[in-house]
Amino acid sequence: MAGKVKDEILHDHNHDGIDRRGFLKCMAWAGTGAFCVMQGGVLKSYSLSRIPELNAKEAMGELSFVQISDSHMGFNKPANPDVAGTLKAAVDKINGLSATPEFMLHTGDISHLSKPEEFDTVDQILKNAKPKDVFYVPGEHDVLNDDGKQFLERYGKGSKGGGWYSFDKKGVHFVGLVNVMNLKAGGLGTLGHEQLEWLEDDVKHLKHSTPIVVFAHIPLWSVYPEWGWGTEDSAQALAYLKKFGSVTVLNGHIHQTMQKVEGNVTFHTAASTAFPQPAPGKADSPGPMKVPAEQLKSVLGITDVNYVQGQHALAVVDSTLA
Amino acid sequence: MAGLAAALVLGTLGLGTGQKSYIASAQEKMPMMEVKIDNFTFGPAALTVPVGTTVTWINKDDIPHTVVSTDDSKTFKSKVLDTDEKFSFTFSKAGTYPYFCSIHPKMTGKVIVQ
Repeated sequence: MAGKVKDEILHDHNHDGIDRRGFLKCMAWAGTGAFCVMQGGVLKSYSLSRIPELNAKEAMGELSFVQISDSHMGFNKPANPDVAGTLKAAVDKINGLSATPEFMLHTGDISHLSKPEEFDTVDQILKNAKPKDVFYVPGEHDVLNDDGKQFLERYGKGSKGGGWYSFDKKGVHFVGLVNVMNLKAGGLGTLGHEQLEWLEDDVKHLKHSTPIVVFAHIPLWSVYPEWGWGTEDSAQALAYLKKFGSVTVLNGHIHQTMQKVEGNVTFHTAASTAFPQPAPGKADSPGPMKVPAEQLKSVLGITDVNYVQGQHALAVVDSTLA
Repeated sequence: MAGLAAALVLGTLGLGTGQKSYIASAQEKMPMMEVKIDNFTFGPAALTVPVGTTVTWINKDDIPHTVVSTDDSKTFKSKVLDTDEKFSFTFSKAGTYPYFCSIHPKMTGKVIVQ
């Protein structure tokens, strides 16, 4: 019982739904498997091992979807010589979730080198997932050599400009953004003027109470600009979303889970299904991190997201493939 | 450079067969330089070479990179370079040529051609 009380955060000093100490605690768990959920405006965090203790109502929302990221199909270096195998393990994990997700989001770097056969392999593996719909945004590895032409032909039907789009599911408004095109020397990820204008228009007529989920490859917050882990003009995009009571931003790119809460916006990055990358600044470069083979699946993962109507924010759950 | 100038002087003066042999040896010794891409950096980040030098970039990372000049006309632009793949460009005009990796734009370098 004492343990149970210890892991729940029940203080809300600023009446913004965020307990600072609790949030830091949640951050500390990120990467080892944490479950952070906002309930009634209060952030609660649980270690993954305690998930079975949660009752089904808490664990299963009215809308459930899953995020996968950074499959890097075609990568064959020592950090993971079998990225197809770990993507299959991710699909098994998804198929084993207690509530079958309605759809999947893939936040980019589907392929390693934008080769047609790499995309084909991912498509084949994902066909075995119980959720049949997959919504994609490109990573920089998906738009090599052809400015994203192939990506758009495969995954961009109905999208605008460089592949951005939005859709609604059970009252939640989803926005897929592209921040890996036309990158400038010395810079970070970029959304660009045309996309920002589209976003402003896309959300203009939505009610402030509409929960918003934004997904894009490169983080839309400044994780570590020294390694390019951020987006130049994300502040402008977030300004258009300020009026909404609940905004969840889902990204990939950095191959590790990380979470940050700023006002009504929860930022979250997903693990890769292929290989881990070092924590910001903890290595000479953000290149693939080699871990002992038996530990690999504990640093790869999927992200499961649940939304219960009437509750303030979405519950974001990271699970490793181990 | 000193040797090259001496050969040119000899050639201009028309002393013996100097000019002909100079051209032959210049072709053999076409200047070549290498830039290593390692740990998400170009090494050296700034490279100074004489006009006519062929610079070869080689990717030693586990992650693909590109070599793209930053000018609007994209004077040089490699295909994506996977591990151990190379890209070469011959600089026939003097000037400063900044470039970057279009996949990881924080990676920048320049070639100064004199």
